[in-house]
Amino acid sequence: MYPIVKKVVLSSAVKEFEVRAPMVAEKAQAGHFFIMRANERGERIPLTIADYDREKGTITTIIQELGASSTLVGQMEEGDEILDFVGPLGVPSEIELFDGPTVLVGGGIGIAPIFPIARALKAAGNEVISIIGARNKDLLIWEEKMASVSDKLIVCTDDGSYGRQGFVTDALKDLYAERGKLAAVWAIGPMPMMRAIANVTRPWAVKTIVSMNPLMMDGTGMCGACRVQVGEETKFACVDGPEFDGHLVDFDLAIKRLAIYKDQEKRALAALEHKGGHCGCQ
Amino acid sequence: MSVKDRPNRQEMPCQAPEERIRNFREVALGYTEEQAVLEAQRCLQCKKPKCRDGCPVEVLIPEFIQAVAERNFAEAAAQLKEKNALPAVCGRVCPQESQCESKCIIGIKSEPVAIGRLERFVADWEMAQEGQMAKEKCTSATSTVSPKGKKVAIIGAGPAGLTCAADMARLGYDVTVFEALHVAGGVLMYGIPEFRLPKAIVEKEINTLCQLGVNVQVNMVGGKTFTVEELQQKGYEAIFIGTGAGLPNFMGIPGENFCGVFAANEFLTRTNLMKGYDFPNALTPVRAGSKVAVLGAGNVAMDAARTALRLGAEEVSIVYRRSEKEMPARAEEIEHAHEEGVQFKVLTNPVEIVGDEQGWVKGMRCLRYELGEPDESGRRRPVAIDGSEFFMEVDTVIVAIGQGPNPLVTQSTPGLELNRKGTIYADEEGRTSLEGVFAGGDIVTGAATVILAMGAGKKAARAMDQYLQSK
Ligand SMILES: Cc1cc2nc3c(=O)[nH]c(=O)nc-3n(C[C@H](O)[C@H](O)[C@H](O)COP(=O)(O)OP(=O)(O)OC[C@H]3O[C@@H](n4cnc5c(N)ncnc54)[C@H](O)[C@@H]3O)c2cc1C
Ligand SMILES: Cc1cc2nc3c(=O)[nH]c(=O)nc-3n(C[C@H](O)[C@H](O)[C@H](O)COP(=O)(O)OP(=O)(O)OC[C@H]3O[C@@H](n4cnc5c(N)ncnc54)[C@H](O)[C@@H]3O)c2cc1C
Ligand code: SF4
Ligand code: SF4
Ligand code: FES
Repeated sequence: MYPIVKKVVLSSAVKEFEVRAPMVAEKAQAGHFFIMRANERGERIPLTIADYDREKGTITTIIQELGASSTLVGQMEEGDEILDFVGPLGVPSEIELFDGPTVLVGGGIGIAPIFPIARALKAAGNEVISIIGARNKDLLIWEEKMASVSDKLIVCTDDGSYGRQGFVTDALKDLYAERGKLAAVWAIGPMPMMRAIANVTRPWAVKTIVSMNPLMMDGTGMCGACRVQVGEETKFACVDGPEFDGHLVDFDLAIKRLAIYKDQEKRALAALEHKGGHCGCQ
Repeated sequence: MSVKDRPNRQEMPCQAPEERIRNFREVALGYTEEQAVLEAQRCLQCKKPKCRDGCPVEVLIPEFIQAVAERNFAEAAAQLKEKNALPAVCGRVCPQESQCESKCIIGIKSEPVAIGRLERFVADWEMAQEGQMAKEKCTSATSTVSPKGKKVAIIGAGPAGLTCAADMARLGYDVTVFEALHVAGGVLMYGIPEFRLPKAIVEKEINTLCQLGVNVQVNMVGGKTFTVEELQQKGYEAIFIGTGAGLPNFMGIPGENFCGVFAANEFLTRTNLMKGYDFPNALTPVRAGSKVAVLGAGNVAMDAARTALRLGAEEVSIVYRRSEKEMPARAEEIEHAHEEGVQFKVLTNPVEIVGDEQGWVKGMRCLRYELGEPDESGRRRPVAIDGSEFFMEVDTVIVAIGQGPNPLVTQSTPGLELNRKGTIYADEEGRTSLEGVFAGGDIVTGAATVILAMGAGKKAARAMDQYLQSK
């Protein structure tokens, strides 16, 4: 069992958890994720390793409550134990010393997974410029942590309640206009946001890496649920990714694939809201 | 009594097809005591039993059958367990018609002795006797043999790994099994459906192992959570790799990533391991659609097709480019699939999967085939018929055209020699190119059978023991 040692409520639907999982913490690197199962009924859900502490043997992750499984996790408290926790999974981010500024774009809870990448790039000696965005001020997370690993931090909110008003794409365009040359861009956030960033950087021919979050199950390459179309190839996000070349990913298909179980997901959430009982709509 | 006058083979009682396609309970119900005794009496007790040559783990077939004929079921169980750690499983899933039963002397003139069904009967009888005791989860492991004080590690808790673990524990080694998923059992737990192999049976058989003192650690992914080298550094003196062939193949045709196209592994794992049939009590959804095409004709394909029916699909077809004669599935599974109303669209293969604007499958462009000259596998090669293209309307496609070796462990183990297809190179005894590292099962042979994997685990245990003794 994997005890939750700390829980922070960041907003009504976004929670930060620190979980004791020493074997995973020992190996964790930027770009890795893990898979957890809250209890016997639970789905196996993938979450990014947003931070880790090897000495304490803990992993930090941020979860957004969307459907039944993430809501079930969100309801867990400090001291509760997670039944299954496996990782670190995926291929870690390729960290090197780039010739020019590296730009990290995090949207919504995508800010959390972008943090360890920014930190690793900075540690490797890169110039790190971070652009983080949220719908409004209350939904913005980890600003201070991002500032601590960035040479420059640009904050955007859709409604202008904090930082500059507008989308992260606008901030990126302005940055490009100002600097003329960017060495590499990482973008993590909702799929439409990553698609938008990839579309913006395509004409600049700047290396653009996105972290895909398809449906997953085992996370070891066994089930093929996590297939992503990358150029002409079929890739398994859990073992070949989750990071891919944003200019090659078929985002339209990836977004559709997220909705495969939409009807069931609604039923599961309804059942959960009836305190775990049957929803009766079968 | 001459062979010809022998009574007929006892039929296996089964749930009626119209009944069973609405539930996930076991299809074959098992022999009654009377049936088992009658069937056992058909055995000639050959002096040189040919049947044993057909069993990869050399089960003491005439001996256990004799005990059944004498109604000494406890003795029969003891004889069985002598060679086979998972008899309740093998009795259900071995392709007996091409193994033990194919060699049975009675089979020449009449139907062979139903060795598999008898094996199942004995194993089930024994479990029923253990009753309450076996139901309890094994928590504290007690070793029955004096420990040799040497640690060995097994990676992967499928039939190969579990068999190797059991034998090593019996020999007195300190055995730890590392399994990537949240339960042990491999394909027996995530792949083969409940209606063919009840999970409670697999769990009980695994508990037996646990009682031998084997320590099973789940949620441990070789190549990710740990590496072979790190195990060696931590003092594991011999390591067995039994990670199976879990990497699903796709056809490489356009449209295979549309919504509604699933690898059989995904479809079956959602249903079996994650209990998708009990959704939303279990939170993992599974979707069968209404018109389903299953590509392939092995055990995996039959399991996927019959699972789709049970999840409520209206029309389920097996789409296979050869003819029914070449189908690799167990005879009984093909028969059961027919009875349940699965359609067989043979000599047919898709060339493209077609989707709608929402990215959902709406059908497949298919070609018809005829059989030509035999190929390397000895089976007649299917040849596409010119101008035979047609459209098959389906809303779900389940791909079951084979699995390759999972590369997580092999990629992270420098110096481990591989075969051309990425399987691990190992000799007959399971020795790999690395000292102290052994391998067996599907990760060595490519996708094969439960009993071959168990046989490999057994041989490797012998070789590991020799290696550790001589060290
Ligand atoms: C590698 C990886 C890393 C991830 N990291 C994080 C993370 O750090 N924090 C976090 O909150 N989530 C993360 N996710 C997404 C998370 O796994 C899903 O949000 C979660 O599984 C949804 O489960 P659910 O049952 O609550 O929602 P569901 O009932 O399955 O879905 C509810 C709604 O969310 C959408 N949805 C489903 N799955 C996803 C998904 N994978 N991504 C986006 N939308 C989805 C569905 O289309 C549906 O509309 C990650 C996913 C992957 C593959
Ligand atoms: C649907 C289906 C039906 C089948 N039906 C039959 C049948 O009727 N009769 C028959 O004889 N055979 C059947 N087979 C084939 C049979 O199940 C396999 O040949 C057999 O299970 C192989 O055993 P194994 O121990 O080599 O591998 P597996 O059973 O595949 O077990 C491997 C184990 O290793 C684990 N693992 C993988 N990678 C790692 C890693 N990196 N770290 C740690 N653990 C890891 C896996 O999670 C798994 O638990 C069927 C297979 C399938 C998929
Ligand atoms: S283990 Fe399989 S092959 Fe061997 S005797 Fe039993 S059923 Fe036959
Ligand atoms: S070959 Fe057939 S008849 Fe002879 S011992 Fe084996 S099962 Fe009995
Ligand atoms: S999650 Fe199953 S193969 Fe990637």
